[in-house]
Order: sequence, then structure tokens, then C-alpha cells
Amino acid sequence: MEIKNKDSERSIFFFRLNVITALLVAVLVCIVFRVFYLQILNHEHFITRAQENRLKIQPIVPTRGLIYSSDGVLLAGNKPSFSLLVIPEKVNDMEASILRLSRLMQLDTGGVQETLGGLKERTSFRSVILKNQLTEQEVAVFSVNRFRFPGFFIDSSLVRYYPMGSDMAHIVGYVGKMNSRDLSGLDNSNYRGTRFIGKIGVESMQEEVLHGKAGYQKVEVNAEGRVLRVVERKDPTAGSNVHLAVNSMMQRQAFQLLEGFSGAVVMLELESGSLLASASNPSFDPNLFVDGISSSAYKQLINSPGKPLFNRVLQGQYPPGSVVKPLIAIGALESAVETTGSHVYCPGFYRLNDEGRRYHCWSEKGHGKVDLNNAIARSCDVYFYQLAKNIGIDGLKESLLSFGLGSQTGVDLPGEKSGLVPSREWKKSALGKSWYPGETLISGIGQGFMLATPIQLAQAAAILARKGLVTPPRYLDYHQSTDGLKEEFPRQPAGSPRLQLRDAIHWDVVRDAMIDVIHSDFGTARSARLADGIKFAGKTGTAQVSKVNRGSIKQKPMVLRDHALFIGFAPAYKPEIAVAVLVENGGSGSSTAAPIAQKMMDTFFYNEKKVDDITYESR
Amino acid sequence: MNRDSNLFLRLHVDIALVSSVFIVCTIGLILLYSASNGSSEVVFRQLVRMMIGLTAMLSIAQVSPRALLRLSPFIYLVGLILLIAVHFFGDTSGGAARWLDLGIVRFQPAEVMKIAVPLMLAAIIANRPLPPSKRNILLCSLILVIPVFLIYQQPDLGTSLLVGFSGIIVLFLGGVSWRAIRYVSLFSLCAAPLAWISIHSYQRERIRTLFNPENDPLGAGYHIIQSKIAIGSGGLYGKGWLNGTQSHLEFLPERATDFIFAVYCEEFGLVGVLMLMAAYLLVISRGIHVARNAQDTFERLLSASLIITFVTYIIVNVMMVVGLMPVVGVPLPLISYGGTSMVTMMASLGMVMSIHTHRKFYSRD
Repeated sequence: MEIKNKDSERSIFFFRLNVITALLVAVLVCIVFRVFYLQILNHEHFITRAQENRLKIQPIVPTRGLIYSSDGVLLAGNKPSFSLLVIPEKVNDMEASILRLSRLMQLDTGGVQETLGGLKERTSFRSVILKNQLTEQEVAVFSVNRFRFPGFFIDSSLVRYYPMGSDMAHIVGYVGKMNSRDLSGLDNSNYRGTRFIGKIGVESMQEEVLHGKAGYQKVEVNAEGRVLRVVERKDPTAGSNVHLAVNSMMQRQAFQLLEGFSGAVVMLELESGSLLASASNPSFDPNLFVDGISSSAYKQLINSPGKPLFNRVLQGQYPPGSVVKPLIAIGALESAVETTGSHVYCPGFYRLNDEGRRYHCWSEKGHGKVDLNNAIARSCDVYFYQLAKNIGIDGLKESLLSFGLGSQTGVDLPGEKSGLVPSREWKKSALGKSWYPGETLISGIGQGFMLATPIQLAQAAAILARKGLVTPPRYLDYHQSTDGLKEEFPRQPAGSPRLQLRDAIHWDVVRDAMIDVIHSDFGTARSARLADGIKFAGKTGTAQVSKVNRGSIKQKPMVLRDHALFIGFAPAYKPEIAVAVLVENGGSGSSTAAPIAQKMMDTFFYNEKKVDDITYESR
Repeated sequence: MNRDSNLFLRLHVDIALVSSVFIVCTIGLILLYSASNGSSEVVFRQLVRMMIGLTAMLSIAQVSPRALLRLSPFIYLVGLILLIAVHFFGDTSGGAARWLDLGIVRFQPAEVMKIAVPLMLAAIIANRPLPPSKRNILLCSLILVIPVFLIYQQPDLGTSLLVGFSGIIVLFLGGVSWRAIRYVSLFSLCAAPLAWISIHSYQRERIRTLFNPENDPLGAGYHIIQSKIAIGSGGLYGKGWLNGTQSHLEFLPERATDFIFAVYCEEFGLVGVLMLMAAYLLVISRGIHVARNAQDTFERLLSASLIITFVTYIIVNVMMVVGLMPVVGVPLPLISYGGTSMVTMMASLGMVMSIHTHRKFYSRD
């Protein structure tokens, strides 16, 4: 056994203990510096990070503005939609509860189990949607039995709906679920949390007015994201209500009259340019689009032969036919090619030269000796062949352009087509061919290459009615914020504010001829006289779709029948409204289009009188 | 020395050590109430464990250092058997089998080794002349490596390193030659790459995360990021007791156990940290005082290694929480919620107390 040297052991021990103590002190100093570095030097940084952890900002979606017609009918509203939700952590026996629930309402139990099975344990305090769009009955049944289902509850959110359905679909448009594409160009922060955005029509164009200003709430959350309390809240500002110029009654009437046809009816209030009616039949139900249309329903709409998604008023381009005759007459009178007194003999056809091909008048037997008034009232083609030849295609083009054909009317909805007024230059550049004199002739009766939209025709009628005064048509009237502030929508400036004639008497000449279309005993629309003796000025049009013009319309297949058109205004001497009617394959303007225009006018004046009577009585 | 201290001496109670431990424990309970979101149940359970720990401390203090010396091989063997048992019958929690369920109590045998290893080594070394011979060093290394390896296998890298460290401290204080120390350091430096390969991938991830926690803010870096936010947002005076948002809104993970120091920093600030350090220093300085005044080599080695291990635990936990060390799962002594660690720490302080109160007063200090 070795001998222990206690003194040496002691001194080694003390030396080494001191070494370790010194080391530990050094480490402790390091720790204190580290804590100092975190708590004092970087305090600001970490206090910010702690706040970021703690506070979350949640958007509050504003209520979307409503859309009303000019007569105060709701066209786009928000209705509560009810969903059944569950907070998993508050339910004791989920399976039994689901089973009991399925006895109360239609419930896809398999799907529900799957949804609930896929949830994470730590987020079981978050509500899960079990069923959307509950019926009122389901809501009622659940509410009565609510006490039996702790943890289950019904939540309501606002969903867009369109009470007038298809009547206003082309004008109001619809909203749909927002996607990332919709957001470009919008203030992203204002759309956080927004689910629906305007896709077409007024809903899309006035998106910013309708949407409103999003609010937010600052909430304190824990690490799981559970909201503990609201720290700060800023309420959203609801979107403004948009009031349209469209009259729901006139619109309904237009659709009723178009029942069974494909076509368009446009009714313009002259003073304001308000589109009282703008119907394009067939139409579609915009409510289908709100919650996402099924692909089969969408396919059905796309493939439907009537093309319901297509807004004929703005986008339908048709050969205008004889309805352009009053416009051409104005041009001819102005260029002094024609005078009111001159005559043309109509044998039922017209030839450029003796051996040339015959250009037929719609009346096989011919109209005999016709003057301007007669030619418009009876719609003599031969007279207008002659007129067209006299003023030439350039003169024709000029007079039609001055009535707004060939260019957009500037209406306040997007997607408008500009139609086509043919010219030598146009044909050269578009078809690479030179102009033939025969094409000038058929242009004189609104056929050939010429195309116009129903809204252009209505505007042309309005210009005739107001003796050259141009007011761009409009769908929008004003918008009103929730605090009552009204603001008119900016009016589109007219391309040319006034069509000036060399001699204003020419307006009256043509107007009188248009009155004779209806009120003379030789006019083409004698059956379209208005109630209460209100004078109606108009012009029928029957535009050829197929080359074969002869023969009974009954023998032709529907798609080859002529388009029926009518333009007009009333009261003729003190015009208030203009109308344009187009019925695709409707046969003839006098038989199909004119009666529709007449009924529109009658409805308008009947209602106006009623309103006047009421105001009179109340005085 | 007055009569009172004589009474305490006879009861083998060191008033200075007990009262400083009492201060730290009180801070711990107050903090735990906040860290557990005001759960008096948790605080009560911890209080019960403290009582058990205190009882263990006072009971062990009654055992003389001589008896401890004689008991040391037995304690070591029991600890080793338990460690092997946990290898086969252990409860698995969080992918590691560390717990042994003995019916009434459920505890971690690795904790026993924290006491058993220094005790065993001190007994062996002190029995022979110092510095220890090569044969002795080899024997000690064997005694040290077996439990360290078993604990590492659980796997519990943190505890195995700390147990290993406590043994090395004994050898170091025993006077192992500097040459041997140099060799060992050189060897471990060379073995470091090997160790990097052999440790579990999640452990490697923790070490990587230490250097760049923002790399994986929701995964491995989450603990350390949230902990630093908690500490840093505390500032000089802290957010006040029960007002720490990081802990009360549950952003800080393991806030009642390993990361309780972050809760403390958030609520009491730098001023509080310095006060807690001071409280710990009371315990530590008393421990070092005991070691310096111990009367033989065994007592010196045992008390010094136990108290240094105690300090090491504090340092490792705090360095982990403040982001200076990888997250290894070491509790803060006397404060973190948990029973085994509490009882072990109290027991080791009990031994320290025993050493101090069993002195023979042939010389007054």
C-alpha cells in the first residue's frame, strides 16, 4: 500500500478547484452578456417580434352595395345563406351526433366523417362547415333541436341574388367566386376576405363602387391561432347602392313581348338617354353563376342555339334593312340630291342599265309613282335604289355615320360592337375588292355589308326624334352611399353633340313620312297605332337573311327567314321616347317588330298617364 | 458557535444551504404558477415533489460520509441494473425510453447515475494515493463509460454527457496528470467527426439549428426562436409576473420544464435574471465552501464534483435557452417542473450537507 500524501493531494485539489471555479465564472459572465445582448441591446427587435406573434389582423368584408332599377325594384341583393358548422372539441360523441343530425336533415354522412377525420387535433377549436345552403326548413328544424347538439351551430353569410333573374342578367351581370386574376388592378388589401367579385355587367363595371371598404379587427391569438380577444376593430363601410336607368316594368314587358323569339328590344328616354328597356331574348339566370355554375349547366348555356349569354342589344350586329331609309332620306335631302317633290316610278324592280340585273322591290307589283313621303311610308325599295345611286356610296356612308351607325354609341356598359357602314375603302382593305355600283343600291335599303346593333338603331331613332340632338344612351343613373350621399354617374360625352342640318325643315319632312308609316292608310305599320291617339312615328325593316327572297315565309326554314326590325319614337310631335325592335327570323317588320314596338309604347304611356293622374289627384 | 447552530449541527442541517435552496425553490414555485398558466394543481404537485426532495436531502444528510463511501458500490450497481432494466422494460415517451415505472413511482434511472457516478469514482480514487495511477484511471474510465453509453443508448445525449462530465470532474480534481488530460482532449477532438456521424439525425438538426434557427422557423428552430423572442421582449424589468405573452399565449414550448428560464426572463427582465443568479450563487458558494473545508479527500472530491455538476446543469440549461447551446433537454435545477430531477438535485445537496455537518471539530474554521 502506497502512502498517501495528504498535503500534496490537498494542494492539487485546491488548485484544480480554483481552475474550474474560474472557468465557471467566465461562463457565467458570458451568459450574463448574452442575456444583456438579448434583453437590452435587441429589446426593440424582440418586442416587435412578440407583438407580431400575438396580434393578427383579420379582415371584415363589407356588405356589397345593392342594385336598383329606376322604379326602385331590387335587381341585385344580398340574402343570408345558412351553413351548418361544428366545433369538434365541443362535441362529446361526434359519430352519434352526426347520426342524430342526419335524421333531421339531408346530410352526406360519409363526406362529413371524412372531413372530420382529416382534421388535426390541435385545431379542433376551429369550426368546420358540414353543410352549406340550408333550406329554411332545415334551419328551423335545427334551431328547435339545437339544445341536443352542443358544439353545432348555424352561421349565416350574405350571398348575392338577383330577384329579377334573367330579365336583368345582361345588364346587371353577376358576381362569382373571386380568383387571382380578378385581383389584378384592385386594391388587394381591400379584398382580403372578399369571396365574390363582379364578373360581368354592372356588377363588374361598378365593382369598386359596389364593393365598399373592408374593415378589420386586430385580435390576440395564441400559438395555435385561437382567437382570445379583439384588441381593436374598424368597421367596414358597405358598398354604395347603384341605381340604374332601366325601368323594371318596361324591361319585363319587353321580355314578355319577345317570348318565343330571339331578338332585342331597346327603349330610350330621349331627354336623359336612359335605357328604359334593354332586352335581349333568350336570357339566362344569373343566380346560377353566384356559387359557381356546374359545368353541365354552363355547357348547356353555351351550346343553346338561342345563345342566351349573348347580349344582342350591344353585341348583336344585324343588317338593318329598311329602317335606315329615313336616315338616308335625310342625307339625300341635305346633299340636295333629292327634293321633297321629285318622283320615281316603281315597277317592282330597278335596273342600273337596260340589260342589267333586276334589283327587286319587296312589292312584286311595284308601287307605281312614289315621292319621298310615299317611299318611306310604303317602304319602296326602288325609290331608295335610285336615291342611293344618286348620292353614291360615299354620300350614303356619310349620312349613316352621322346617325351613329358604324361606331359605338358610347353606352356605359362594356362590350359594345360598332356595326359596319360599308365604303369603298372598307371593302378594299377588308376584302381586297373594289366597290360595285350594285352594292351601292342594296346599301340604300340597308342590306349588303351593312350591319347595325339594336342600340345603334335606337340611338338613330332618338337622333331623328330630337332633330339631331345626340344623347348617349345609358344604363347607369346614380349611386348612393350608405350615409345617403348621392352621386350621378359621369355622362359619356357624345361623339358629336348635334347633327346640324342645312335646312331644319328636312327633319319634319322625314318625321311626317315616319308618321305616315303608321297613321296613313298606306303605311307599312298601320296596325301599330297607339292608344289614346298618341302619334307614333316609325319605320319598319325586313332584313334579308338568305338570298332567296321570294315565296311565302311559311315555306322557309326558321333560320332563313328575314329579320324583322322596327324603329320609332312617340309622341311624334313632342317626342319623349324612342324604340328599336329586332326579331331574328321574325318574318317582316310590319307583322312582327312593329306590334312589339307599339305595345312597348302603349305600356309606357299608360304608366306615365297613371303616374300623372296620381300626381294630379294628390295635388 | 451558538447553541442554535449546535442544534442544527446535531440534526445535520446546514442552515445556509437549506435556506438558499429554499429561496431558489420559492422563486421556482412562483415562476411555475405563471408558466403553467396559473395552474395551482401544477404548483401543488411541484410543491409535493419539493417536499419529497427536501425529505431526501435531510435524510441523506444524516448518513455519514463514511457510510456513503461504503454504500457507493452498491448504489452504483443498483443504478446500473436500473439502467439496463430501462433498456428492456422502459416506458417510451417521445421516441426515447427513459422512464422506469415501479408501480408507485415513475422515474428516470439516468438521474440516479448523476449521483452514483461521482460517488463511485470519488470512493475509488480517494482510496488510493493521488494522483491516480494509470490502472486506476482505466478502472475509473470503465466505471464511467458503461452508464454513459447506456444513457446515450436511450437515447438521451444531454444526460449522458452530463453524467460523463461529472465523472471527469472527479478525475480532474483527483489530480489526473495534465499530460493525460492533453491526450484525452486531443483524442476527443479527433473523435468529434465520428461522434457527429454516430449521433441521431434529430440531434444533428438541433446543433445545426443553433447556428441558424431562422432556417427552419416552424421546425427545429421554433423552440430557440420563440425562446429568444421571450427573453428579448422582457427587457430590463420584464413584462411582469403572469404578463408574459410568449408563455401565456403558448408560443413558447416546454415553458414549464426545460424552457422555464425564458418565461422568467420575459416576466422579470434582466434585473430578475441577476437576482436569480444571485440566489443560485448562494447555493453554489455554500457548496464550494463545503468542498474547501471538507476533511478528507473523498469528502472533498465528492462535494466538489456534486456542486460543480449542479452548476453545470444550470449553465447548460441557461445556455440552451438563451441560444448558446443546442437544445439537449436539461432541466433548470430546483426550478423546472419535474420530479426526478428535483429529487436528485436535493439528494446531491443532501450529500454535500452531510459532508459539512459530519466534520469532526478538532479544528475550528
